[in-house]
Amino acid sequence: MELRRIEESIFKVLMVLSLMIVVGSLLAVIGVILWKGLPVLNIDMLTKTAQGGYYLGKGGGILNAIIGSLYLAIGGTALAFLLSIGVAFYLQKEYSGGTRLSSITRLSLDILWGTPSIVYGAFGFTVLMYFHMRASLLAGIIVLALLELPIMTRTMEEVIKTVPQELKEVSYSLGATRLETTLRVVAKQALPGLMTGVLIAFGRGIGDAASILFTAGYTDRIPTSLFDATASLPLAIFFQLGTPLPQVQQKAYASAVILLLIILAISITTRLLSRKYTKYIIK
Amino acid sequence: MLAATVFACLLFFLMLVGLYIRASPILSIVPITDLLFSSVWGPSDGKFGFLPFIMGTLWVTGLATIIAVPISLLSSIYLSEYAGNRLRNAVKPLIDLLAGIPSVVYGLWGVLAVVPFIKNTLAPALGVETIGGYGILAGGIVLSIMVFPIIISVTGEVLRSVSQDMREVSLSLGATKWQTIKHVVLRKARPGIFAAIVLGFSRAFGETMAVLMVVGNVAKVPTSVFDPAYPLPALIANTFGEMMSIPLYDSAILLAALMLLIVVLIFNILARMVLIKIERGVI
Repeated sequence: MELRRIEESIFKVLMVLSLMIVVGSLLAVIGVILWKGLPVLNIDMLTKTAQGGYYLGKGGGILNAIIGSLYLAIGGTALAFLLSIGVAFYLQKEYSGGTRLSSITRLSLDILWGTPSIVYGAFGFTVLMYFHMRASLLAGIIVLALLELPIMTRTMEEVIKTVPQELKEVSYSLGATRLETTLRVVAKQALPGLMTGVLIAFGRGIGDAASILFTAGYTDRIPTSLFDATASLPLAIFFQLGTPLPQVQQKAYASAVILLLIILAISITTRLLSRKYTKYIIK
Repeated sequence: MLAATVFACLLFFLMLVGLYIRASPILSIVPITDLLFSSVWGPSDGKFGFLPFIMGTLWVTGLATIIAVPISLLSSIYLSEYAGNRLRNAVKPLIDLLAGIPSVVYGLWGVLAVVPFIKNTLAPALGVETIGGYGILAGGIVLSIMVFPIIISVTGEVLRSVSQDMREVSLSLGATKWQTIKHVVLRKARPGIFAAIVLGFSRAFGETMAVLMVVGNVAKVPTSVFDPAYPLPALIANTFGEMMSIPLYDSAILLAALMLLIVVLIFNILARMVLIKIERGVI
């Protein structure tokens, strides 16, 4: 065999090995978490809030963290959606017309996307201090919304960009205004993609810990108002793992299983949704 | 829509300015060279040397990049050049999922799998001392898995942007597939691959929770991969609660956040500029 063919086969083997490492590490992460967490997961974890002495190994569950995380992520995603949808539509040619503003916006969103969540947390905290406020559900929601904004907007914008120009022109030629075209034609056509953007951002929001560490606080109760501190799943994992008692640490494993299942569910829903709704799109 | 777009543009500057204002008290008292190059960290004595944290960040991030780059690049080349559609479509959701797993879950996995492996298997085999397996190596391994998805997906896009004609010309001259990839595709894609690596590095640079959980958190300049380290994001996350009681402490921590933000800003602008040029067909 020639040298160059030997080189090719060596690299091919290396490439397959690399791909196996990538996929293998995903399976290893999911496998280890399920293997350690599933045996210690029980119904009390899901249905009870943390009782007194929970961190000393006493009874109770993490319902407060599950509900808290859902409040935070749903609130954050809703707020981010209100902002993102406007920005994503505005980045279309008809509105911003490929101007400087649109390329600057894209660049800022990309930079924001790359900004570490701990920086969002630190920034949120400085703003809280400025207004002399304490960590609360509302502050957590706002920080998560800012964190989700770039992901959601860029995902949505990519989808809106793929809506064929001809389709819009047909709508204009029938006398529709820009806004009507955007809402009735573009939004409908891009719907599965918009939902994907929302779900991806939701997943990022529900899993993020560093940004809400100082802004949402932590408590054993389910929050009853926007100004209460709230618990969250990622922080529940972090704090439970940080305790010295093995039986409390095991609850961190179980909490991680719950968080992982939520993420898996989001990932699968995203795929199913986009498959289901792609059928109704005019190609 | 315009208001939301302008807000998205300005958010980054707001963060930069907000953090700078809060960090300025320490910048006006302690000279910047002391802050960056002194390794004495004693907030209660007014000593704020960030060197151990900066070096900790560089060690962990550097190691993660060294592990992640070859594996991600080889996987990405295989996926875009060799793999059939079926394999590509099967692997893509897995890589998306890898990107969607929350960082606390990665951290927990590190604690459950990587740390014990280093403690019980690797360190005894090599005859080195570790503090229970926690340290730069554990942090680097966990982080490298977290940056796989970003390097793989950006590289994939860059490789797809290389025109098919160039490949065909090379193949028609009798080059093997691998020769074509090595001499034509990769040469053409070099700036884009560089951008992908920079984006991966900058993602790893600001990662907080996962690293914090496995890296040992000892404020000393590390000298080997088996040493513990204390990266900047971990410092911010760990000291936020207590910093209000010591003068200048909060200012120092927000300076750390500002440093992260500036580094990430530089890297992201660099990488995005390259990618934008590729998208426009300039490179």
